[in-house]
Amino acid sequence: MTQAYQDTQQAGATIDVRYVANLARLNLTDAEVATFQAQLSQIVAYVNEIRALDVEGVEPTAHAAPVRNVFRDDVVVPGLEREQAIANAPEHSADLFKVPTIVE
Amino acid sequence: MGKYRTTIGLEVHVQLKTHSKMFCGCGTDFGAPPNTHVCPVCLGYPGALPVMNRDAIRLTVISGLMLGCRINSYSKFDRKNYFYPDMPKNYQITQYDLPLCLGGSVEIEVGGRVRTIGITRIHLEEDVAKNLHYATWSGIDFNRAGVPLMEIVSEPDLESPEEASAYLLALRQILTYAGVSDCNLEEGNMRCDANCSLRPADRVELGTKVEIKNINTVKGVQGALEYEEIRQAEALDGGRTIVQETRRWDADLGITSSMRTKEDAHDYRYFPEPDLMPVALPAEQVAAWKAALPELPQARRERFVAQYGLPEYDARVLAAERAVADYFEAALRLIPGSPKAVSNWVMTDVLRVLSERTIDIGRFPIPADALAELIGLAEKRVINSNTARDVFALMLDEGGRAGDIVKTRGLAQVSDTAAIEKVVEQAIAENAKSAEDFRQGKAAALKFLVGQVMRLSKGKANPQMATEMLVARLGKG
Amino acid sequence: MSELHTLGVHEVLERLNRRECSSEDIVRDVLAAIGRIDGTIDGYLSVAAEDALAQARAADEARRQGAGGRLLGVPIAVKDVLNVRGQPCGCASRILQGYVSPYDATAVARLRAEGAVFLGRTNMDEFAMGSSTENSAFKVTRNPWNRNCVPGGSSGGSAAVVAADEAIAALGSDTGGSVRQPASFCGCVGLKPSYGRISRYGLTAFASSLDQIGPMTKSVRDAALLLQVMAGHDPHDSSCLPDPVPDYAAALVPDLKGMRLGLPREYFVGGSDPEVERAIRAAVEVCRGLGAEIVDVALPHTPYVIATYYVIATAEASANLARFDGVRYGTRAAGAEDPIDLYKRTREQGFGPEVKRRIILGTYVLSSGYHDAYYLRAQKVRTLIRRDFEQAFQSCDAIVAPVAPTPAYPIGEKGGDPLQMYLGDIFTVPVNLAGICGMSVPCGFTTRQMPVGLQILGPALGEGSILRVGHAYEQAGGWSHRRPPL
Repeated sequence: MTQAYQDTQQAGATIDVRYVANLARLNLTDAEVATFQAQLSQIVAYVNEIRALDVEGVEPTAHAAPVRNVFRDDVVVPGLEREQAIANAPEHSADLFKVPTIVE
Repeated sequence: MGKYRTTIGLEVHVQLKTHSKMFCGCGTDFGAPPNTHVCPVCLGYPGALPVMNRDAIRLTVISGLMLGCRINSYSKFDRKNYFYPDMPKNYQITQYDLPLCLGGSVEIEVGGRVRTIGITRIHLEEDVAKNLHYATWSGIDFNRAGVPLMEIVSEPDLESPEEASAYLLALRQILTYAGVSDCNLEEGNMRCDANCSLRPADRVELGTKVEIKNINTVKGVQGALEYEEIRQAEALDGGRTIVQETRRWDADLGITSSMRTKEDAHDYRYFPEPDLMPVALPAEQVAAWKAALPELPQARRERFVAQYGLPEYDARVLAAERAVADYFEAALRLIPGSPKAVSNWVMTDVLRVLSERTIDIGRFPIPADALAELIGLAEKRVINSNTARDVFALMLDEGGRAGDIVKTRGLAQVSDTAAIEKVVEQAIAENAKSAEDFRQGKAAALKFLVGQVMRLSKGKANPQMATEMLVARLGKG
Repeated sequence: MSELHTLGVHEVLERLNRRECSSEDIVRDVLAAIGRIDGTIDGYLSVAAEDALAQARAADEARRQGAGGRLLGVPIAVKDVLNVRGQPCGCASRILQGYVSPYDATAVARLRAEGAVFLGRTNMDEFAMGSSTENSAFKVTRNPWNRNCVPGGSSGGSAAVVAADEAIAALGSDTGGSVRQPASFCGCVGLKPSYGRISRYGLTAFASSLDQIGPMTKSVRDAALLLQVMAGHDPHDSSCLPDPVPDYAAALVPDLKGMRLGLPREYFVGGSDPEVERAIRAAVEVCRGLGAEIVDVALPHTPYVIATYYVIATAEASANLARFDGVRYGTRAAGAEDPIDLYKRTREQGFGPEVKRRIILGTYVLSSGYHDAYYLRAQKVRTLIRRDFEQAFQSCDAIVAPVAPTPAYPIGEKGGDPLQMYLGDIFTVPVNLAGICGMSVPCGFTTRQMPVGLQILGPALGEGSILRVGHAYEQAGGWSHRRPPL
């Protein structure tokens, strides 16, 4: 564990924090970019350890339990009242969730 | 367009006919007041989880089977990540690499040329919400968010805008036949994106692909693609390169324009949806659905000709819509000896009323068995054809059965010789001039006299008998 | 001053059944304890005092009318990550301020159906991201055994209020150790059920394929009862297993005869604090004395579990947290020009640094060009880690191990080094990756009087086995009864 941690200090990890934050729709201050860039570069370098492992022919695990075909019947059940749904909105008109103008 | 060859592929989105949404129990009916079909799941509330609608899966597989697709024995759902106000979770649950259906095809006919258009895949996903735009803000109605949406992706096999619209129509016909969707364009339950490229006629490799979005009508497909053909041809003529981009069809202006996209780079970051389990339909289940598939429109057309001896034209008109074909066959089952008569009634009278009232056959007031009874009375000459049309009109407005109407209103045709003879005599007496004209050889006068007999008998006299008696009385003329 | 708040679930039920006190008495006593103690512990984010008293009175009335309910009148604290109808569910984040939940999580609904009283909401690392509860946007919860130390995390608030007798029991959630590690740090019992055993419906998702709700209690027996009530198929969660729920109380026998307990050799290679290792080895000896056979097992992919976990968990989190955008609920940043600007500002102001870090990491490992190298590869390594456990459980009925390499550490000690913090999850994350069950049971104290937890792991749906081991150990020589000097 400690060895792996030290190894990562040298590995050449690449993450462009500003670019990725934009994909995630996250504004960052310059200070945050600097901090995260250093921290995440170190973390990515550590994570690079798994790239050395031989996983040839190994099936990926997406779910922890091997369950299939889980369905519900096509039946309408009552949801939220409009007032209830709208009540949580930071901004709304009478019956719509309000956002700044969408340019399509 | 001889200089360039056009290559088109369509991605058609079809809203499935389910009662509830894809992943929650909210209703799907169109036109409900905004944000009244919502719940924690389709609003993307913290902690809410999706559960697959069994019927949406079934309807997609049935669509695949109707289109000759292979049904994947192992299929899964994925998250497609992008931020947009119409997306409650800011990811869309869709299918990335293991869709429900693969392969398949649709046959189209344009200008007498029959072509087979390949289908790449069919996958299932959730619809997004509806954005409404006002002067200083936009509003979101989440009623549509989460409605099951089936995406049918074609191969780039289409070679002209006409073919694209023919493909869309053929697809719509098959899907309504399958009963999987209403394919109602006004309600937005069939929408499409098109990929279009041009290349010089003598070149093999395809040109740069342009994606056109926001096409919501069959007319729009043709219009948008015709516009693109011209735009791209002009660019190529002018030596300019085609930019790979997404363009938006503006139906009002009849143009496509480059979409202003704020997403600098689309990176959807697909990964398997951990909240949904894979779908592995047992082969027996798929086989059972396959066995219960409705006939394809084309097969039904052919059967109408072979089985009922209908003209090709009749078969095409009757089979165009499954519900109409079902109606026709339901009526025919009660009077199996008269396919052509039933065909005539459905094609002329029934379809005319549908188009006048802009309703579909599901809302046509005369049930198939009632129409069959009426046609049966006319076929057995209990009533003559004019009376039959009158009875039809009565049934249309007031309902009731043809037999009852004929009885209570005394509309049965009179074929009693003595009774008709009396009326014939009266007609001759009241129209001596016409009788004389006929004797002098004016054939048209006979028609008038028959009309008078019909009038005096209140339409009930057997017109054929009346004609024969008039001729006998007045000599050969 | 009454001592009702110091009781566990079973003791409270015994008193209620014998009519020695009312639910209202208990709730009042717990509220009084919160009033006395929580100012120095900061375990609760909010306490619904009036509402809890009303629920308690309703439970008392129901009891008078002869109504049943396996938890009738028992007050329970809930981690701020679970939806309780009519209460805030803020995940200790600014971005969810103002959100009032319109629905009950399934686990909450099942507890409610058995008569449980919902007391208030406990502090946590924001969106369950962290191992110390220092990442809460609102307050730092203190370890009741030493207020300068962290309570662990992310369910640090729940662990602290149970340990400090500010609650009879609590609920936590565990994505990579968030129930077990704070239970270990605070000296209470924390159970993470097998993936799919308890419905996740209503549990705000951090990493959907790893998350589980778990009880945090004063005894193994209490954990078994809460699990009994919450477990089982739920049509609202596709990942919730349909398997029948066994009678867990029946598994609670006082010996370990015929049981084989595995000791993973990779967990004892000198990476842990010697005092922790000593406490674990002493506990193992107690188990041997109870009749268990101790066997050596191998978990060869242990060196890769942290990397694998942080790729998968953050990837899923990056999508799960995309919904917090200031449109439908929660807070919204002012002055946005368009929706994208709105998202960026809201998320900048609404999320704390650890959440931002993980969203960025998760977005990165899924992004074009890196997806296969990180995310897909991590999923494959996950398969190998799962197989390690399948293999190990061929030769044992349960595995015993440390919960964390260290006891609770001073507040602020690891704040500046997220990777150091992540490495502390080495013994807990593989359990979530494999989808198996695990429990932390107090097993002693360091010389500085900080609690140490024994981790007991069982195969998927092997809750009965680990409850048996935990209970027998607790009865024979456990430390669950020790309370901090407050």
